[in-house]
Amino acid sequence: MKKYVHAIVSAGLIAFSSIAVSQTLLNASYDVAREFYKDYNTAFTAQYKKKTGKDVKIDQSHGGSSAQARAVNDGLDADVVTMNTTTDVEFLANNGVVAKDWAKKFPFNASPTTSTILFLTRNGNPKGIKDWDDLVKPGIQVVIVNPKTGGNGRMVYLAAWSYAKKKGMSDAAAAEFVGKLFKNAPVLAKGGRDATTIFLQRNIGDVLLTFESEVLSVDREYGTGKVDAVYPSVSIIAENPVAVVERTVNKKGTGELANAYLNYLYSDEGQEIAAKHALRPRSAAILKKYASTFKPIELVPVSEYFGSLSEAQKVHFNDGGQFDKIYTVK
Amino acid sequence: MRTLIQPRGPKAARVLPGFNITLGFTLVYLSLIVLIPLSALIFKTFALSWPQFWEAISSPRVVASYRLTFGASLIAALINVVFGLLIAWILVRYDFVGKKIVDALVDLPFALPTAVAGISLTAILAGNGWIGQYLEPLGIKLAFNPNGIVIALIFIGLPFVVRTVQPVLEVAEKELEEAASSLGATRIQTFFRVILPIIAPALLTGFAMAFARAIGEYGSVIFIAGNMPMVSEITSLIIIGKLEQYDYAGATAVALVMLVISFILLLIINALQAYQRRHAGTQS
Repeated sequence: MKKYVHAIVSAGLIAFSSIAVSQTLLNASYDVAREFYKDYNTAFTAQYKKKTGKDVKIDQSHGGSSAQARAVNDGLDADVVTMNTTTDVEFLANNGVVAKDWAKKFPFNASPTTSTILFLTRNGNPKGIKDWDDLVKPGIQVVIVNPKTGGNGRMVYLAAWSYAKKKGMSDAAAAEFVGKLFKNAPVLAKGGRDATTIFLQRNIGDVLLTFESEVLSVDREYGTGKVDAVYPSVSIIAENPVAVVERTVNKKGTGELANAYLNYLYSDEGQEIAAKHALRPRSAAILKKYASTFKPIELVPVSEYFGSLSEAQKVHFNDGGQFDKIYTVK
Repeated sequence: MRTLIQPRGPKAARVLPGFNITLGFTLVYLSLIVLIPLSALIFKTFALSWPQFWEAISSPRVVASYRLTFGASLIAALINVVFGLLIAWILVRYDFVGKKIVDALVDLPFALPTAVAGISLTAILAGNGWIGQYLEPLGIKLAFNPNGIVIALIFIGLPFVVRTVQPVLEVAEKELEEAASSLGATRIQTFFRVILPIIAPALLTGFAMAFARAIGEYGSVIFIAGNMPMVSEITSLIIIGKLEQYDYAGATAVALVMLVISFILLLIINALQAYQRRHAGTQS
């Protein structure tokens, strides 16, 4: 009996002491970054312990990027947000949840990684799809995320538009081009994972338009060789922005930890873990090291034709915008 | 069967404490649980001016989604009335092996997360699914179009009809039917003149509940709908889409429209039900 009491008391003490010294940090992130941050958190906690001697515990919360942003805005006590669309962080900045100048707080617009839109065709590319022009041909079925509900779909739209502009098309011709692309979609998926399921499990469509990192997920989930990644001549840069949630860290006193957490994303280790998860690293050296994952492709920043993502949102995706016109004008 | 409008019965000894306290509790509770959240809906839309409000709720895509949502819900609820009645009938009037299991199966759509229902229905009905692969060559597409939406809504609405009709059928006296047939009524006459009047209010309630449930359905539908603007976008998806754009006011404006239409429809159905009770002369 005494032995048990002893065990319980010491277990309690251990639990108590670990609460006393360790800080916790909540990272609110988007859906498909779950695996990346799982690996990253392990690396970060080990490194942080080595550097400061402190134990930290990182909690993860994942969901649709803007759903997560809304949750944080409405009071979810996340210390940091790591999103896949700058508009999500801008929304938080406008509401004073993150710093107004969040994009200047970390290098590269506070986006340690980027991604881009690729084409995933069925094994062997039976329809011979090479570039955007092939996607607007009659009879080709493309699977895209609904731009109204997924950032993924908005990026596809902007990538196609950028390609049209690079080809020297006028705005009207670009709108027609993008219109043709979306007319070739038999289904608009709700989100990125839904699109992958429709393409691979339901066997619908000739080509899936999605983020580069999804190629890796497909290989992992469905086995390699199910899809071929096609690199179009032009695509778009999708930044993955990060920010410290000032509201939370001021309350919890976790500012120093939150900054360390996000800064480590820019370290060689952080960049390498990202590369392993098919997120394009900012570090040129690491990008070169993973050249087989990230084949060269002309990448257009959103600012080139759209100003910013928020402006693109207003012109193209908000109600009554260009995307609605594609569907409502017969 | 408890219905939505209950005529106050004759004065009887009350088990619970007096009318004032119970009514007071009812009003406070309903306000807390129902009215306050819903009034938040209205306040959020105050951020919009009238023209903005009108624009948010009347753009072609949104209007197309109303038509689809209410149309598909109506069709699904009507189908549920017919087949739900049949299932209730079989469960009440026959004994067979495994009846308890069948009875429990009816409740599954209540318990299942609707997204799971949507994903499984899609898996079965898509062009390469168990059923879809045989239908697609015949030109029948059941997934990724409005047909799929109706099927998902039938699925989630079924228990409402079965569970409202079942208890009424159980108490409906078989002797009435026997009397009718011994007086020379055909089976069809017996059904329409004896059985139907007894169960009609319950059937209407079941219909109303299945219909109301279908209007607000999201999880099961989005996976099977295909979500094509103007074709297969339900209103719930439009609302979520607006939220994704941080357009809280626009989203609540559309939600408010749904709420008002649904409320009016339920009021009409309630009135119909009351009318039927009074004029059918049933004792149920």
